[in-house]
Amino acid sequence: MVPLVAFQVLSAALFAIGLYGVMARRSAVLIVMSIELMLNAVNINLIAAASHLDGMGKWANFDGQIIAIFVITVAAAEVGLGMAIILRMYRNRSTVNVDEINLMKW
Amino acid sequence: MSWFLFIILAFFTLAGGLGVVVTRNVVHAALFLLVSLVAVAGLYLILFAEFLALVQVLIYGGAIIIVLLFAIMLTRTAEYPYISDNKQWPLAAVAAAAVGVVLGAAFLDNNIPETSPNSPAFADLANSLFTTWAIPFEVASLVLLVALIGAIIIARTGEDNR
Repeated sequence: MVPLVAFQVLSAALFAIGLYGVMARRSAVLIVMSIELMLNAVNINLIAAASHLDGMGKWANFDGQIIAIFVITVAAAEVGLGMAIILRMYRNRSTVNVDEINLMKW
Repeated sequence: MSWFLFIILAFFTLAGGLGVVVTRNVVHAALFLLVSLVAVAGLYLILFAEFLALVQVLIYGGAIIIVLLFAIMLTRTAEYPYISDNKQWPLAAVAAAAVGVVLGAAFLDNNIPETSPNSPAFADLANSLFTTWAIPFEVASLVLLVALIGAIIIARTGEDNR
């Protein structure tokens, strides 16, 4: 039986990979993909906790799975809006390189 | 058996994730992301979260990857292969590794008493979603609607504006 901590360490590793992608990448589409990786790491954590800690104290009723559903919903909304913003950015500036999108940089 | 599946799926999850953040080709990055997301759906199956595995494959594997690929195609320029990583990428790697180590150490340190993984019936999940979590559920649908309308308005071309 795989213990809870294995899933938690896996999710920490996936989160770190996503964080690296957000910090190191310069293409806006790749940054959105890295954010998806981070959201997935959070979901692994939530669902692992939900199925290993069911019925213990306040972790009852598999609430983690339901929160994961909400995380997936928000991720879908985020990708839709993010892609619309990237398309608009590309049309106005002809680039998706975030280093060149510095209009609001002081 | 469970460990064997976990190690295989964990390998594909992390390898896909690494592929997303290191590959030069953006389309390859999207396909690596697909590998990672489907492996995560497999992890949900080990955890007996069948409904979440289905949702993961449908929404991430289906919808989100397609939207990402569309965005890549619609913004396709000759510049993509030349958008390299930041010059500070070693610093980013150190910072991300530090966050990963701290999180992992915190997880290894805790001693929560745990049960063996078990699953809710679909009916229980639905009951909980539509009773205890009814208001967040409605708010989530509103969020989706607002995001949809906002995406249409933002991405629309300017010519048909009145």
